[in-house]
Amino acid sequence: MPWDRNQMAERAAQELEDGMYVNLGIGIPTLVANYVGDKDITLQSENGMLGMGPFPFEGDEDPDLINAGKQTITELRRTSYFDSATSFGMIRGGKIAAAILGAMEVSEKGDLANWMIPGKLVKGMGGAMDLVAGVGRVIVIMDHTNKHGDSKLLKECSLPLTGQGVVDRIITNLGVLDVTHKGLHIQELAPDVTRDDMIAATEAKIV
Amino acid sequence: MKKVYGSAAEALDGVLQDGMTIAAGGFGLCGIPELLIDAIVDSGVKDLTVASNNCGVDGFGLGKLLDTKQIKKMMSSYVGENAEFMRQYLSGELELEFNPQGTLAERMRSGGCGIPGFYTKTGVGTVIAEGKEHKDFDGETYILERGIFADLSIVKAWKADTTGNAVFRKTARNFNPPAAMCGKICIMEVEEIVEPGTLDGDHIHLPGIYVHRIIKGEHEKRIEQRTVRTREDA
Repeated sequence: MPWDRNQMAERAAQELEDGMYVNLGIGIPTLVANYVGDKDITLQSENGMLGMGPFPFEGDEDPDLINAGKQTITELRRTSYFDSATSFGMIRGGKIAAAILGAMEVSEKGDLANWMIPGKLVKGMGGAMDLVAGVGRVIVIMDHTNKHGDSKLLKECSLPLTGQGVVDRIITNLGVLDVTHKGLHIQELAPDVTRDDMIAATEAKIV
Repeated sequence: MKKVYGSAAEALDGVLQDGMTIAAGGFGLCGIPELLIDAIVDSGVKDLTVASNNCGVDGFGLGKLLDTKQIKKMMSSYVGENAEFMRQYLSGELELEFNPQGTLAERMRSGGCGIPGFYTKTGVGTVIAEGKEHKDFDGETYILERGIFADLSIVKAWKADTTGNAVFRKTARNFNPPAAMCGKICIMEVEEIVEPGTLDGDHIHLPGIYVHRIIKGEHEKRIEQRTVRTREDA
């Protein structure tokens, strides 16, 4: 059985090591925080915070305390705050060990498209381009195929790029793949998914 | 020199000009200079270029300046929450320059530090890099981004002393310090003005040298996405 979104998030949490500073994107990546267990992980929110806590209890919302998705959140004892230039200084400077992000398309060369669909309303890239260019390791979580059943792992991205050659690892409902200079390398398969299933569902070159 | 003014309109007196460039602090609706935006709406100044991470929401924050069509061009990273923005953009009334969020913040900081340009990896190989100088350093390609030198900065802090030394609160700091730094004139609105010596000099987030005019007022502080957990989840 392929993984569901919670199982994908649980698998992604295994990528995180004790002591890491990590940035989680919106959507499935947010769920990763539920599976870090006893590991000492510090979450960065790129609007200017290290040490992001859970959502507040009803009535405790603070308009001065939001995450990069503009949701109300809480602080922890270890929390620090800083301005946006400092925040992206630590991102661009490679101080953030990993970013876990959603994607619309990933190419076999590690190109990532996740910010714009031409012809649809353009909302902007926010901090995504800075994150993928700057952090130590970029891990993508996404469904292997789109709603039409087409592969989201492509030879070349068809959508405008967020970054070129930036993705290190891809976790999909079918398994885990690494970007290598020869193509995508299967690291792991979800239960009852075969290597042939994975290859059949993938347009990108698998090595 | 007197920095404290009685109202946003007073603080903006003689500063506003059609066609000027304004750098605004805030992220979403968090830490935005609500009172100064309202006063700029009332002033009727037009053809503004505004550098701000977002453009408010319909009818609040910078969204108010869209409703009155006072903005000619936005420099932003994300403009998702605003139907009027999309309408004006798609109809060609409004110019939009997308900047990656960190590039926008660094462009403001750089402008404030007298740095006209800097190289960054962000955006290499994307539409953002088109038309920009590329340069290799140690085998890696970077693009040239320009510092922003704004005519006016409008920012919001939590507390300031009468000399403009300011502290921000939690994630409401965001773009406010870099936006404050890059303007020829910076006007800051705060929730509380205190006497010099009240704030610990070791704990100042933005030194008063960057702040020329200060006003105090009541802030609505609207929440964009109210997310909570129930006590049973704990």
